[in-house]
Amino acid sequence: MSVTNAQNAKNDDDASRRPEPPEPVLRPDSGVEKRRNLGVGSFILLGVGAFVFLFPFYYMLIGSLQTAPDTSIFGAFPNPANITGANYVQINESINLFRGLLNSGIFTGGVIFFTVVFGLLVGYALAQMKFRGRGVVFGMMLLVQMIPFQLLLIPLYVMIVRDYGLADSFLGMILPFAINSTAVFVFRQYFLQLPSTLFEAARIDGASELRILWQIAIPLVRPAIVTAVLLTFIGPWNEFLWPFLVTKEQSLQPLAVSLANFISNIAGQAGNPFGAILAGACVLAAPAVALFIFFQRQFISTNIGSSVKG
Amino acid sequence: MSLRSSSGNPVTGKPAGGTADRRLVPRKRKNFLGPQPLGLLFSAPYVIYVLAVLAFPLGYAVYISFHDFFFTAPRVKVDRPFVGFDNYITVLSDPAVQRSFLNIGVFMIINVPLTVGLSLLLANALNRITRFKTFFRLSYYVPYVTASVAVVGVWLFLFQQNGLLNTGLGPLAPAPSWLVNSWLAMPTVALYVTWKQLGFFILLYLAALQNIPDELYESASVDGGNKWVQFWNITVPGVRPASVLVTLLATITGANLFTEPYLLTGGGGPDGASASPVFIMYQRGLLQGNPDVAAALGVVLVIGVLLIALIQKRLVGGKED
Repeated sequence: MSVTNAQNAKNDDDASRRPEPPEPVLRPDSGVEKRRNLGVGSFILLGVGAFVFLFPFYYMLIGSLQTAPDTSIFGAFPNPANITGANYVQINESINLFRGLLNSGIFTGGVIFFTVVFGLLVGYALAQMKFRGRGVVFGMMLLVQMIPFQLLLIPLYVMIVRDYGLADSFLGMILPFAINSTAVFVFRQYFLQLPSTLFEAARIDGASELRILWQIAIPLVRPAIVTAVLLTFIGPWNEFLWPFLVTKEQSLQPLAVSLANFISNIAGQAGNPFGAILAGACVLAAPAVALFIFFQRQFISTNIGSSVKG
Repeated sequence: MSLRSSSGNPVTGKPAGGTADRRLVPRKRKNFLGPQPLGLLFSAPYVIYVLAVLAFPLGYAVYISFHDFFFTAPRVKVDRPFVGFDNYITVLSDPAVQRSFLNIGVFMIINVPLTVGLSLLLANALNRITRFKTFFRLSYYVPYVTASVAVVGVWLFLFQQNGLLNTGLGPLAPAPSWLVNSWLAMPTVALYVTWKQLGFFILLYLAALQNIPDELYESASVDGGNKWVQFWNITVPGVRPASVLVTLLATITGANLFTEPYLLTGGGGPDGASASPVFIMYQRGLLQGNPDVAAALGVVLVIGVLLIALIQKRLVGGKED
């Protein structure tokens, strides 16, 4: 935001150099001066917002560590006498946390793998290769993003679970999400930014398209791969409905599904049900939150904007 | 935009490369598929995937909704007679379905304006500050990137009968608590979803705000327009295309609602007050074995979303874009 700063500073200079107009005396809070003061209101608004957004996560952690659920106001503060790790042990006995995380990882990893491999191919082709039907493929990619999942729910269930017998399998879980069109769009946008002369030169030198993609294009768009992985990650890691329909066998369920089953079926029988639920929630939330804090620079508004603006 | 021009050329089949390309690829046969026919091969996996996993089921859904369809063992051939609009009549005369559409209406009335208003307000504030930007941005998208199942746990804890929220409210706490109260269950779900998704919409608006030239604000402030005048006359019209998108996406979120009411209110409770159409689809189609009725519900739902989207585009979109 240094650009805006510089502009503001320049603006202030201009204002001070100008001959004093009569108005500012009447309206001391208007004009450029006002614009600089706006920060305070924004800060208060953002601060309140940040509290509302972050408090449930803090409360999730505190609640997961309490021996007995304390829902009084004081329960929101850590109390050493009431802290325990027992909830994590308890939830791990009901649903195998490690197995759940592993399943979530395989499911998410599979989706990311297909998205990146086939997305890079089609993204590169759309951006830098001229072939008959390119417009059709591009139009298709835009249309796909508008297909509503509610309409696909029943036929996909009939096809994948009933006709192909892929229930309780990772392939059945992955298939409806295998290629994320939003990520394909991100790849295409990044490949478009590369000068086409670069690729023409390589073609003249006799490099095959696959080699150009692998040795020239992909190394230049690494940030796109990180962005696409992050965008793709959220979907399957957080997805509940589809794997819930496909997996009935507990040992194959992603953590989101087994935790949801715990919430709706088993929690009532547990000694400290909320403690156990919150402990499971922390385990499910931690990888995604950690990943996004670590890669937050790549997950910025322009990427999101370019991926959905069309 | 560059998007259109780059995709526009190949449709006509004329390579944009001009003379240089023709010299490099002398054979006519190759020219028919364009200078780099390998592009077709590169696109093939994606195209096949879209046709097999998205386009075909889309048509299949409509087929199922017009036939007497039921589950069989794999590869068993059975007669599935065409029944016309029977499934649609069954669905539309079902009181539970009517209730679910009413519920989703309540959801949208709360969720859509809140989402648009709050995300624009917060994005605008975020755009104006220079310090702690990263911290604020991070805190807003933490709920968005976290699994709904995980945060549902905290909300259950916060909003239960003797939860922190009711303790804080004291005598003001609602008598049947939030999620078991037939008047408050759906609004609570709507609040939850607004909170959960807001980060994504804030990022969308942030991207849109970058497109408003700073000079507009400068000239407005020189003319003596205060913060509110600037917000209403520059920011709001400036991000109108984004607003159309945000309302559309928020509507789609509402139509796709399943996980949140399923877990927060134990599957549509109390007494169907928070059942969503997708939940009814799951219930009728997969639990009760009537995929044809569920498919018809899906078609009705999608047509409904399209109609609402059209109306919204008229209202929010105005003449622009």
